[in-house]
Amino acid sequence: MADLKLTAARKSFGSIDVLHGIDLAVKDGEFVVFVGPSGCGKSTLLRVIAGLENVTSGEIEIDGERVTHLPASERGLAMVFQSYALYPHMSVRKNMGFALENMGLKPSEITARVDRAATMLRLADYLDRKPKALSGGQRQRVAIGRAIVRDPKIFLFDEPLSNLDAELRVATRKELAALHANIGGTMIYVTHDQVEAMTLADRIVVLNAGRIEQVGTPLELYNRPANAFVAGFIGSPRMNFLPATVISDDGTLRLSVGERDIALPRAASGLTAGTRVTLGIRPEHIDLASDAGMLAASVDLVEQLGGETFIYATAPGLPQITLRQDGQSRFGRGDAVAIRFAPDHLHIFDASGAALARP
Amino acid sequence: MRLGNLMGQRRNGAGRPLHWTDIAAYAYLALGVVLMFGPVLWLVLSSFKTQSALLEFPPSPLPFAQVEVTVPGQPQKLPLFRTTLPDGSVRELAQVRRVGLLAQMVDPADPSKQYRVAIDKREPVRRVAFATENYTEPLQRFAFMRFLFNSVFVTFVATLITLLINSMAAYALAIYVFPGKQAATLAVIGTLMIPMTIILVPVYLVVTELGLANSLWAVILPGAATPTGVFLLRQYMLTLPKDLIEAARMDKASEWQIYWRIVMPLTLPALAVLAIFSIMWRWNEFLWPLAVLTKTEVYTLQIGLNAFQGELQTQWHYLLAMTVMTLAPVALVFVFLQRFITTGIGSTGMK
Repeated sequence: MADLKLTAARKSFGSIDVLHGIDLAVKDGEFVVFVGPSGCGKSTLLRVIAGLENVTSGEIEIDGERVTHLPASERGLAMVFQSYALYPHMSVRKNMGFALENMGLKPSEITARVDRAATMLRLADYLDRKPKALSGGQRQRVAIGRAIVRDPKIFLFDEPLSNLDAELRVATRKELAALHANIGGTMIYVTHDQVEAMTLADRIVVLNAGRIEQVGTPLELYNRPANAFVAGFIGSPRMNFLPATVISDDGTLRLSVGERDIALPRAASGLTAGTRVTLGIRPEHIDLASDAGMLAASVDLVEQLGGETFIYATAPGLPQITLRQDGQSRFGRGDAVAIRFAPDHLHIFDASGAALARP
Repeated sequence: MRLGNLMGQRRNGAGRPLHWTDIAAYAYLALGVVLMFGPVLWLVLSSFKTQSALLEFPPSPLPFAQVEVTVPGQPQKLPLFRTTLPDGSVRELAQVRRVGLLAQMVDPADPSKQYRVAIDKREPVRRVAFATENYTEPLQRFAFMRFLFNSVFVTFVATLITLLINSMAAYALAIYVFPGKQAATLAVIGTLMIPMTIILVPVYLVVTELGLANSLWAVILPGAATPTGVFLLRQYMLTLPKDLIEAARMDKASEWQIYWRIVMPLTLPALAVLAIFSIMWRWNEFLWPLAVLTKTEVYTLQIGLNAFQGELQTQWHYLLAMTVMTLAPVALVFVFLQRFITTGIGSTGMK
């Protein structure tokens, strides 16, 4: 177990900059998830931490010790690969014991550690099989087991669940959470799936185009996104973004949205009349009413999931709005509805996408 | 069983009548068999012919020999002929001697009776007979076992060294990261362009300077690192998932351990292909051993065979028989490793 500190870590491949100066501190025992769209540099960041790629500039410290120029094998980290990367010619036992052999442990100690990990991961019956003879979920557990037996300073996971089917992914996700609760350990987990990020992380690092957009606990990111990118990335279905223009900001923020004006009670934040802003509201924070709402809209599509309903509606002059309602909805396609935003849950972003201070 | 399955394959599925394409395919394959296997079969059959039968024209496919019989009262065995007598009857007679165009014949059943027959009135009686002395005589007179041992030693040791050296070079060029890797790869591939004949003299000088001339190591060492082998293995290693190598790096494996414990086992199909090629190259190698081996005790089989081919006369019957003996081990290797060859070549993309 160890903490990790990155200082201004940059990585470029030739003339292409992939990471633009990452500063990040991961605490001992923390479960940190890197999340972001594909190509955002999250896997590269993980590989830089692992030592599989060298940083172009910047520093990496593990437990206060500079490891920037240490090769992967000497950093004492363990990694679970997306493809699992099990050695196909070795049995499960050999796969899990390989690193221990390289560390020069005694055979009895190796056997004991492998057996312990195999029991924890319910692999005890498969120790003599080759990876080929295992199911996807079992292979995944072997890959995790290979990391566990080493008792590494930090566990690195590179999209470990993306090759599993939906059902198994949910089950394995829960197992991973239980594993972290069980063995502790600093874990860094890369995913593009925000649900995995929300459910597993102590803290989430949202990356975009090689930069950290925001670092925070899952609910901080959900409740107080620092910018429109994070707001749109966290939460499913994604947040609605509505273009708006400031009318006045003198204790009550008055905005023109579509064909309506809305008033929000909040402290003056110095917005001048005519400033263009973006209003963000999550689908679950929109109410439908038959009358006297904020916006008049018509229903385009209704997705009834039984326990919840998603309604897609359009208001004149605005992009399509997604709403989530509990239970089943009586509305159908073409119905005229009135939309009401919960004012406490409105987010306002300025033209650059940064969130304005909440009341 | 597998051949049976193969023969049962039909274009329209098993049990259907033959489609014309099936017939065409079998005909084409049969032609291939004849073209490729015919000369080998001819060699084997010819190796059992006597020296005179080899020179006969037109040649007969099977080794025939004239039948000889023992006739009471004659000191030697006599050749048997089917003779047409002046009265028109045909009898098998043994020839006692021949003078000019007349032969003096005797009936083996009744040696007291002698005939004088014109030689165009008789035909030799022949029977299929294998001249096994083609094999036994040179095996006794000629140091076949010595040459065989030399050939086996060269082939086996050279193949081992080739596999080891080439796989290490291929590992460096495919997986290990070092500056100048591209240039090194190009240099190795570039040497593919240089034929052996061009470097024969310089390599010979190096070998003699090192005092290796007339030792088997002179044959083994210069050809141990082959650009073909390095290239073949490198291409195969490039197809190994990068994740596996990185996983091994994370698992604290040294470069040697990655090479020996991860890459080598996974490169087995390509190694098998290279082993087979190397065995073939080494076993059939002629020019280089001929240049560096001048003493009989270090001759390989191929050089030994050359001894049957004199400047004035070639002992074809021995040469053919010993060629068969030389072919047999490689053929056996192929029979047993055939499965590896096909899968290995398939997976390495080598023709």
